[in-house]
Amino acid sequence: MYKYNDFDTAFVTERNAQFRAQVERRIDGSLTEDEFKPLRLMNGLYLQLHAYMLRVAVPYGSLNSAQMNTLALLAEKWDKGYGHFTTRQNIQYNWPKLSDVPDMLDALAEVGMHAIQTSGNTIRNVTSDHFAGAAADELEDPRPVAELIRQWSTDHPEFQFMGRKFKIAVGAATKDRAVLKAHDLAVRIVKNDAGETGYQILVGGGLGRTPMIGKVINDFLPRADLLPYIESVVSVWNQIGRRDNKYKARIKITVHEHGIDDIRARVDARFALIRPTFTGADQDLLAEIKTHFVAPIFRSGGIETYDVAYKADPVFRAWADTNLAEHRHADHAIVTISIKKHGATPGDASAEQMRVMADLAAKFGYDELRISHEQNVILPHVHKSDLPAMHAQLKEHGLGTANIGLISDIIACPGMDYCALATARAIPVAEQIATRFDELKLEHDIGNLQIKISGCINACGHHHVAHIGILGLDRAGVENYQITLGGDATWSAAIGERAGPGFAYDEIVPAVERIVGTYLEIRDNADETFLETFRRVGMAPFKAALYPEAIKKVA
Amino acid sequence: MARAFTPKVITANALLEGDVIYLTDDDQWSRELSKAELITDEAHAQLRLLDASAQVSEVVGAYLADAKAGPNGPEPTHFREEFRRTGPSNYAHGKQEAEANV
Repeated sequence: MYKYNDFDTAFVTERNAQFRAQVERRIDGSLTEDEFKPLRLMNGLYLQLHAYMLRVAVPYGSLNSAQMNTLALLAEKWDKGYGHFTTRQNIQYNWPKLSDVPDMLDALAEVGMHAIQTSGNTIRNVTSDHFAGAAADELEDPRPVAELIRQWSTDHPEFQFMGRKFKIAVGAATKDRAVLKAHDLAVRIVKNDAGETGYQILVGGGLGRTPMIGKVINDFLPRADLLPYIESVVSVWNQIGRRDNKYKARIKITVHEHGIDDIRARVDARFALIRPTFTGADQDLLAEIKTHFVAPIFRSGGIETYDVAYKADPVFRAWADTNLAEHRHADHAIVTISIKKHGATPGDASAEQMRVMADLAAKFGYDELRISHEQNVILPHVHKSDLPAMHAQLKEHGLGTANIGLISDIIACPGMDYCALATARAIPVAEQIATRFDELKLEHDIGNLQIKISGCINACGHHHVAHIGILGLDRAGVENYQITLGGDATWSAAIGERAGPGFAYDEIVPAVERIVGTYLEIRDNADETFLETFRRVGMAPFKAALYPEAIKKVA
Repeated sequence: MARAFTPKVITANALLEGDVIYLTDDDQWSRELSKAELITDEAHAQLRLLDASAQVSEVVGAYLADAKAGPNGPEPTHFREEFRRTGPSNYAHGKQEAEANV
């Protein structure tokens, strides 16, 4: 884990003091809302439907137990006892009072956290693989590079007032768990034929109203060139990106309009200019950062308790089969804790649950936790012999749900229950789908199936890259839900295809049930996933199930 | 021809709490939509909105929201305003929580 040095601490302390004074000036009337709004957004404070919302950065989704305990403290002391983990690995508090926010930020600073650049037209919180540092399939831990980018982008003077926001993700594994291809810029740590590691750089991905898959702008970038190259990309876009239309301002549109070759040429020209200004301090810093991310000394020992529990306890076995992933040490496992109990709000954790997870991380998990973009919490390193005891405690606190990767492991944005931009609700749709498939006792049979729900076209709920995507819209004053099928959030990324006309609020769950029923009927065998079946048969059978009336008319 | 003016209420968020408030006919801010002034005249609506927007140290983002007359005062005509006057649907938080505590 990265630990703040004196500079970091002083920077955050000063920023918090500035914001405290700005809040005071807003409350005493010396700042208008128009003057205050950009200041609060720079510090992660939004005004939503029912209250303010504070978005706290969890850099690349990585935190320790002290930080998780502080997140619990904020939930309890200044909010309504819970927090909402987001698709950008952050946490949001839905009910803070304006006058309390400076105290919340000071509490966060004590454990090296803040809310800077979680909003506004800046480079946002850098995201990464939530299995970073633990996955069996990774080349190296991607977090030092993510931390380097975080430090470089924080308060970067050239990039504080851009045409639009800019999101960067970093990955280093064979499997993409960080939705790299849906980011403005993605850094993938790779190895070339000569055995050297470097970076593959993608640009122009993004979801929202114009979804685009990221394109490779540089196939192999030498390690020392990373920051000047990223700076060149952001700089080129900051110059030529469109500022006349907010909806065409993201780099995906710039890449689309100019073409990737033109952008590459401009980036190369810019790079030639600024590369000499990077004289190696960044590489020294990276070397220093790496010392913070040395893997823990993994304990050894037998795993008999795990084997016994796995054989004897079917509840433990079901959880182990869905919620554990392969660790690079065979006697350890990566544990994904589902914060998506059937019928509960996806991504919400109570203060008590946060403390339980913090305690488990301290006791069994080398003091490390991760937040996933899929809105779950991960303990990246747990010795297998500790899993039965850990599972027993998780169950006691509503954290033992065995549904990772299954139909009830739904991504949902806050939607119109909280968000001022939303056009329809997302949370209750997720709750109802999860409840329904739990009643049907089908989800383990259905297997891997990702449903992602967004409450507006901005696509915070990643619906475009869902196997079954749901987009909530306002159609003539009524909530209406569009379905897309066949999206993919991994390295084989794909934008889902629209199935047809939307469904009313009370029709959307039965519609999902018809899609899943069709899949179960036509899959080749139980091992063929929903996505594989969709890719084999296409939209037609699902369309027939969704719109039987239309078929009748044609006939 | 200009569209006919439909009845409105003036709504905003409170500066400190951020919660939803409505302008009453005696120039107070109420947490309840039913206590709001239902404005049926367009010119009057614009004047009231100017007055409301000027209260920069009390309210944020005042606007005119469509509403209709009901037996107990104004009621929303769009689901967004229905959620604003009630609170989220996943927890009994916000206004529904305040009501439960009365």
